[in-house]
Amino acid sequence: MIKRLFIFMMLALMALIFVQLASNYTENTSLSKLGRYYAEEGPRELGAPNLVTAVVVTYRGLDTLGEVTVLFISAAGVGLLLRRTRRKDGSEDLEQGDRAEETSGTHKAASEIVETATELLLPMVMLFGIYVFLNGHLSPGGGFQGGAIIASGTMFLLLALPESHISRLLVALTESLSGFSYVVIGVLGVVMAGGFLDNRIMGLGTYGTLFSAGAIPLIYTLVGLKVGFELSAVLDRFRKDDTGPV
Amino acid sequence: MSIIADIPLSLIVLCSGLGLVLIGLWGMLTQRNMIRMIIGFSLTDTGIHMVMVSIGYVTGGTAPIINAAVPVDAAVDRVVDPVPSALVLTAIVIGLGVTAVMLSFAVRIYKSRKTLMIDECTESKW
Repeated sequence: MIKRLFIFMMLALMALIFVQLASNYTENTSLSKLGRYYAEEGPRELGAPNLVTAVVVTYRGLDTLGEVTVLFISAAGVGLLLRRTRRKDGSEDLEQGDRAEETSGTHKAASEIVETATELLLPMVMLFGIYVFLNGHLSPGGGFQGGAIIASGTMFLLLALPESHISRLLVALTESLSGFSYVVIGVLGVVMAGGFLDNRIMGLGTYGTLFSAGAIPLIYTLVGLKVGFELSAVLDRFRKDDTGPV
Repeated sequence: MSIIADIPLSLIVLCSGLGLVLIGLWGMLTQRNMIRMIIGFSLTDTGIHMVMVSIGYVTGGTAPIINAAVPVDAAVDRVVDPVPSALVLTAIVIGLGVTAVMLSFAVRIYKSRKTLMIDECTESKW
């Protein structure tokens, strides 16, 4: 009971702070100094129409590298926690007890509608993901969003065809290669341009076209592939079965 | 009617975000089911994202993307601050990673104890 009281008091005090914050809030009428700099110089200096992309990939590129690293570590952590151990047939896994009603080892197939819809829509979902990360410097979107769309396509596949396997080797290879190339591009920026992850190692191209803004499309393609495969691997780990290849 | 019209758009987002933070904190502190605690965390996370986005809003601003509607020369007066948007982009990805790890811990605990109630896990309680 006393605990409940403390929780209530804490929340009330937090609410008090928030009310103070919100009551003193006035909407900005102009950009901050930093935002002004990015809005003025971003398109001219980096050739990227999407200012958020310019900030994420180039001005704050190191943060994004750290973000990719955090995502990688969390994917690795999920992989470690949910690794599938081969058990002796005698020891009953909890999950096997859970689906005692189902025929052991086989999955309940998805309905015909879901399967057909997946065959029809999956290529389009994947293509849309690729479109989103390739156009990250031109339109809303980018590597992380595109990667998430690709992972949602994988989710779709896993729901419709539970028997399908995701190749661990392919995931590991794509992930490591794209992560490695990302760092290599960053180091090339130090050698050939202004600093780590500078996008001007390639020509800026024609402003507003697909192949422009220097290395930004390349970096976002790598990030998109890495994130897409990583999240697909995470989704695969959360699957209920333990029959997949270890 | 005019009072409602006078409320700045970003204040609505800010208040909803702060409300979500409070709901999420309440959920994390009072719920005993681990999945519900994780949902509380996600709510807090989303609330903080909304607060950050609302702080970056500039009156009458549009998305910070230069195109036919926002010419390069007029960009400074027409767009919202790109920095909080970029920060939120990072925060969403980190939140996703943290949630995934928390959920996999929940799966592991459920596997070994066959329960999701946090009260059952008393070994590391002081």
